[in-house]
Amino acid sequence: MKIENAKKFGMVIDLDKCTGCGACMVACMAENNIPFREDDTDKLLSVSWMYVYRLNNGKPFPDYEECYLPRPCQHCEGHHGHSPCVSVCPSTATDYDMATGIVSQIYPRCFGCRYCMAACPYHVRQFNWWDPIWPDGMEKMLNPGVSVRMRGVVEKCSFCIQRYQAAKDQAYMEGGREIEEDEYQTACAQGCPAEAITFGDLNNPEHAVHQLAQPDPAHEGRSKNPKAFRLLERLGTNTKIYYLSSREWVRKAGDNYLNGEVKNKAHG
Amino acid sequence: MDAALIPKGVKRCPIWQFVMWIGVNGAVLAWGVFAMLLVYIKGLNQTNMNNAYGFALWIWADLAVIALGGGAFFTGFLRYIVGKDELKNIINYAVLIGFICYSSALLILGFDVGQPLRAWFIFWHANVHSMLAEVAFCLTCYFGVLTIEYIPLILENRKLDQVPFFHNLGHNMHEIMAVFAATGAFLSFFHQGSLGGVPGVMFGRPFGFREGVLVWPWTFFLFTWSAAAVGPCFTILITKITEAIARKKLVKDNVIELLAKISGWMLFFYILAKIADTWYWANFTAPSKGFNFWDFYTNNPGSAYGIWIFIAEIGICGVIPALILITNKGRKIQATLWLAVLLAVFGVCLNRWVMVLQVLAIPVLTFENWFAYFPSWQEIATTLLPVAYGVILISASYRYLPIFPQERELNPIEGSAAPAEGAVREPASTDSGSGAELSPAKS
Repeated sequence: MKIENAKKFGMVIDLDKCTGCGACMVACMAENNIPFREDDTDKLLSVSWMYVYRLNNGKPFPDYEECYLPRPCQHCEGHHGHSPCVSVCPSTATDYDMATGIVSQIYPRCFGCRYCMAACPYHVRQFNWWDPIWPDGMEKMLNPGVSVRMRGVVEKCSFCIQRYQAAKDQAYMEGGREIEEDEYQTACAQGCPAEAITFGDLNNPEHAVHQLAQPDPAHEGRSKNPKAFRLLERLGTNTKIYYLSSREWVRKAGDNYLNGEVKNKAHG
Repeated sequence: MDAALIPKGVKRCPIWQFVMWIGVNGAVLAWGVFAMLLVYIKGLNQTNMNNAYGFALWIWADLAVIALGGGAFFTGFLRYIVGKDELKNIINYAVLIGFICYSSALLILGFDVGQPLRAWFIFWHANVHSMLAEVAFCLTCYFGVLTIEYIPLILENRKLDQVPFFHNLGHNMHEIMAVFAATGAFLSFFHQGSLGGVPGVMFGRPFGFREGVLVWPWTFFLFTWSAAAVGPCFTILITKITEAIARKKLVKDNVIELLAKISGWMLFFYILAKIADTWYWANFTAPSKGFNFWDFYTNNPGSAYGIWIFIAEIGICGVIPALILITNKGRKIQATLWLAVLLAVFGVCLNRWVMVLQVLAIPVLTFENWFAYFPSWQEIATTLLPVAYGVILISASYRYLPIFPQERELNPIEGSAAPAEGAVREPASTDSGSGAELSPAKS
């Protein structure tokens, strides 16, 4: 389905700038009312819409190098909106919006079958194994624009869609004008002290994210920027998160290669 | 004590023995129910699943029991559509086993979702593109069909049959049973396939993903095929186990051998198709995603998913039972028949295991490692729950219903011999009571 003036919100994360400070994760949790437990050390049981991986090149000192890789939902478009998780959901609790390119999650409709989690190779979909319990008083600091999720449903990064709604409402009240680039920014992009995260409309040549990512529409958005790569591009997921790195081993870490296709592989 | 309920002309164990047997299985059942209540009340945090293992033991159990329950639809298909008349002597048992398998699958699915009270959303908000939605519809419909097929069997109970309404109801249901058998076969071809489609469409998971035709990945057809091939093996296996426990022959060899022969050839061609599918996937599909065959079988902790699992599934539990079952000698020798059906059943369970668990264990992001999983006691108990339930339902059905039409002929009760408690000393008769099967009844 072709939508006129469709936006395609996406993100560029400059890994050369990322220090791994985790501010993006904190900003995301505060903005989106992400629950946490007293002991949240088992990351396979906790909820982190934004998660920062620590990669290394697998070489001993002095050739050892590290890289931090923040991983939000990749908002896969696949082929014509056929993202890995959306098509498998049996109750239509997740949706690919052709008008924005955002993969949404409808919490009250999700019944927790977890098929979407199995289908997602990025592990961005996480399950609420427990009911959220907020420390005394903290419930007063919850974001009223974001619903709190209950036990037994899947959740994931929404590109802070509540901010898009608010920006659209504001623009509508002001005569139905177009929203500006800086009116809709995700919490992680705003929270990053190194300005490693750039967010905007990949379809809009005036947006910084478009200029950095240089998506090629003829090749499902593959970047023309030689420093840029997307995670697991070979799977055909057609993601909207572009990573920049000046280091080849980091760029190669973004995908799987057969023996002989690449010499240096990254290590987690 | 319950002699009046036992079919005419057959011998059953004393009631105390039966109660003890049910009691032991009932204890396992109670343990499973306790674990199930814990899961319902406290949630899925009672399991060892996590964000990497969203699917685990329960989904495997679902896929496995549905594959094994495939004996019901395929035997019904052979009996009513193809016209293999000899199979009327085992169709009752195939239906009962299928009923147990499918009710178990629904039971497990009930607590395997995070919000059980919303489970109906799968029907109300159905996504027609989702394999799981198709599974839910077909599986529920087919369970209804199996229930309809099982009810006339219950109505054959001696006491129930004395009630004119039940007698007539059972008779009329028999008359139209072929229609339900055909419906069941149709539904099963789809939901067995859709279960195969569950991993097959996951293009983000190179181990499970397969190309295919139109919207159906090759796993769609392989799952249907393997269920049709191995389901009858499971029916044979459970029949053999029942005979061993009851210490009597219940089904004639020619019936078993016919089912084994058809199952063997189905398995033979399935395993050829599976090998072809694996070869194409290993040489074209996976490399196109940046993976080679050995990436899926090496460097995992404890070699839990080493190459052994591949050899075991396709070679030991696929090729060997197929070769045994397609030979006349292999089917006739009891030891090789037992071996073949055991291997085939284990093989299809292993196939479902790798297509669920191994798919999720394999790291796809280059900077992640293999994920490990071992089920919690609550998961194990709730997976044993349907096994105990199945044993109890089979035991009760065997005791009180004319499941095996050939039992009296194969085990005539001597008129002079003193019957055991629960036995009835009437000579074998030819009335419709104990000779019933799911074909149009004699009027």
